[in-house]
Amino acid sequence: MPFQIKEDPTLYDVVIVGSGAGGGMAAYELTKAGANVCMLEAGGFYDPGDSKFITQLKKPWDSPRRGASSKFRSFGDFDAAWGGWQLEGEPYTQKEGSDFWWFRSRMLGGRTNHWGRISLRFGPKDFKRKSIDGLGEDWPISYEDIEPYYDRVDKLIGVFGSREGLPNDPDSIYLRPPKPRLHELKVMEGNKKTGVLTIPSRLSILTESINDERGQCFYCNQCNRGCQAYADFSSSSVLVKPALKTGKLKLINDAMAREVLTDDNGKATGVSYVDKISKQEYSVRGKVVILAASACESARMLLNSKSSRFQNGLSNSSGVVGKYLHDSTGADRMAFVPSMVGRKRYNEDGVGGLHVYSPWWLDNAKLDFPRGYHIEYWGGMSNPSYGFGFGMEKLNGKYPGSDGKMKPAGGYGAALKEDHRHFYGSYIGMSGRGESVAREDNYCEIDSNTVDKWGIPVLSFNYKWSDYEIKQAKHMQDTFEEVIDGFGGIPVGDKPGADTNYGLTKPGQIIHEVGTVRMGNDPATSALNSNCQSHDVKNLFVVDGGAFASQADKNPTWTILALSMRAADYITKQMKSGGF
Amino acid sequence: MKRRDLLKNIGLGTVGVAISGNAIANDLRVPNVPLIRRNIIIGDDGEFTGPANGKQAKELAYDQSLMDQQFFDEHEMATIAVLADIIIPADSTSGSATDSGVPDFIEFIVKDMPYHQVPMRGGLMWLDSESKKQFGGKRFIETTMGNRLKLVDMIAYPEQAKPEYSQGVKFFNLMRDLTSTGFYTSEIGVKDIGYMGNQPNFWDGVPQDVLDKHGVSYADWEKHLTK
Repeated sequence: MPFQIKEDPTLYDVVIVGSGAGGGMAAYELTKAGANVCMLEAGGFYDPGDSKFITQLKKPWDSPRRGASSKFRSFGDFDAAWGGWQLEGEPYTQKEGSDFWWFRSRMLGGRTNHWGRISLRFGPKDFKRKSIDGLGEDWPISYEDIEPYYDRVDKLIGVFGSREGLPNDPDSIYLRPPKPRLHELKVMEGNKKTGVLTIPSRLSILTESINDERGQCFYCNQCNRGCQAYADFSSSSVLVKPALKTGKLKLINDAMAREVLTDDNGKATGVSYVDKISKQEYSVRGKVVILAASACESARMLLNSKSSRFQNGLSNSSGVVGKYLHDSTGADRMAFVPSMVGRKRYNEDGVGGLHVYSPWWLDNAKLDFPRGYHIEYWGGMSNPSYGFGFGMEKLNGKYPGSDGKMKPAGGYGAALKEDHRHFYGSYIGMSGRGESVAREDNYCEIDSNTVDKWGIPVLSFNYKWSDYEIKQAKHMQDTFEEVIDGFGGIPVGDKPGADTNYGLTKPGQIIHEVGTVRMGNDPATSALNSNCQSHDVKNLFVVDGGAFASQADKNPTWTILALSMRAADYITKQMKSGGF
Repeated sequence: MKRRDLLKNIGLGTVGVAISGNAIANDLRVPNVPLIRRNIIIGDDGEFTGPANGKQAKELAYDQSLMDQQFFDEHEMATIAVLADIIIPADSTSGSATDSGVPDFIEFIVKDMPYHQVPMRGGLMWLDSESKKQFGGKRFIETTMGNRLKLVDMIAYPEQAKPEYSQGVKFFNLMRDLTSTGFYTSEIGVKDIGYMGNQPNFWDGVPQDVLDKHGVSYADWEKHLTK
């Protein structure tokens, strides 16, 4: 440890590391409850309503690379995420044979700035999977424990959808869902034949006004760019800024947290961090420390917080910290739809994402893999960006042109322009996103040989898919072809086969990684109790995806928000009774 | 940003889409600036500079550094321009590739995506070499338009091209891709393709005539709302 640490003399009630879904919600709830909170964020300040930061509604030609990805933004020039799969000077490493992808956004609000806004509650079965199929671990809470918090999250943030009464896809309190686009109507119609349940999607985008601080969606399809009307959920706009308004939150940007500090009694006393601008070491003191730096960053911090008392790292007497890392599965397919060529032009941008989706509709007891997946649909007359028009030679020789005649593939000139117009918007794609089974041998740990540019030891990943996930991906591909057939499409390219694990994404690529600091009733097999509180260090909490005992066939954000809100409730009660 | 500027910025002043009155509110602006320790991004060179126009300082600096370099020489740029206008010529709907700035886009993109550099430079050399072989020692842009098209026809149709032109086909595919993408992401091209979005509006579903043409309706969808 450096010889000189600058300590802020303030004793905060709570120090929070991270400003994404978990950290933002904790800051919002705790400041509203009157606590003095200090938040450390490793990236810069960000406000999608400030012209300095706005990428929304920029034109394709405003980007010299026409919106393609760059080394500074993996998801392209217009995407809100500052960061991506690799950050300069902040490496991560892999164990032999592992290929885990880790996406990091270094900015206020973290990855909630660019995410898909798919806001699904976990269902009753999702908390008790081990009891159903014997795999993984049950959560220490049930749906009934978290339901009131889901209700509160719905009302605070806003989510659209439809009440379906499905047994394992509980309804939220919904705003009006947007009408499906043409390709989505075709999917709904086609899926009447396939039996793949297809319903209005559930996204945290304001189709109706919910308060005076946020605007209504104006249908530009660009939630991933951040919304200047604050009409979609991002932690920065919806949680952190209102928390700042209370005057109870001190936000420190560009603060790269190093470790949780503890005293001789084994209590957390604060957090040390590197100020990225001055490269000086600082610390802040808090009666309670909350980690919300993302599943892997929080695990990294705990494992790096070693002391003579905590030789395995903090909150790790069980040895589970870093283990049971699991991401959602993913596989995709695209189809050409002959009935959609030569379309009439109109603005069908809609909201930033799907208007319909297919929640898991089958029973795993009758299948050769455990755990389900949902299907997201995409397509339509979208905003051209880098890659638009690529590969015409694979399309225009197969299908008649606007004159109804066949011609050789490829070509050039006025006929090529006519082909671009003719085939525009005639594709439908789909993406399966499924639940993987958490395993002890999929983990992240501290790399004993490598530090980042701040001198902080980095993570090394070990992650391999099992047959469960591979068979699930195979099922996705089979289903995709049925769905495509249902709406009268023609699959593009070859069907992904066993040689590619059926197109199964690399672990980490879906950016739903969870489970590294899991909760449980038994301190020997879990790091946190059901309140996201460390078994070992009573004034230490982890409120990001790290706390999950298992993923679901759903996106994790809504559950991170509800768990963080629940933990904040518990902390507030404990503080009032002098619990810390 | 002040509300009236924001309205101007997203065009609501003219479109008149209903957005909750106080929604885009100044009062959500953080009034207590000192709480936010700093509002700057550090560049890789260690200089403190601010983000602007939706870009971080390091992005602005990087893009500028690419623009300050020149990859293609004059002859290569001239060849790219001729090829690009063969691929996307002006027609009754819109202008040509060069009208939309495709050569400059290609010059930038090969610096940004260096894996395009050898295929592009080598492909241009291949084209000139083939042109000299066939047309009395003249490079592609030095020969007649008739000869140019004769050569292009040999490499523009992958399924009909002779096997000995396979490298030329590959190059022409890349050139077709980059020209098409450069054109259709330009102002001229977006107008040509008829993309009508990227502006504030209200989505109220597919136009009735389109529903009718495709034989679909909102009847089933509406059932979901009444549950």
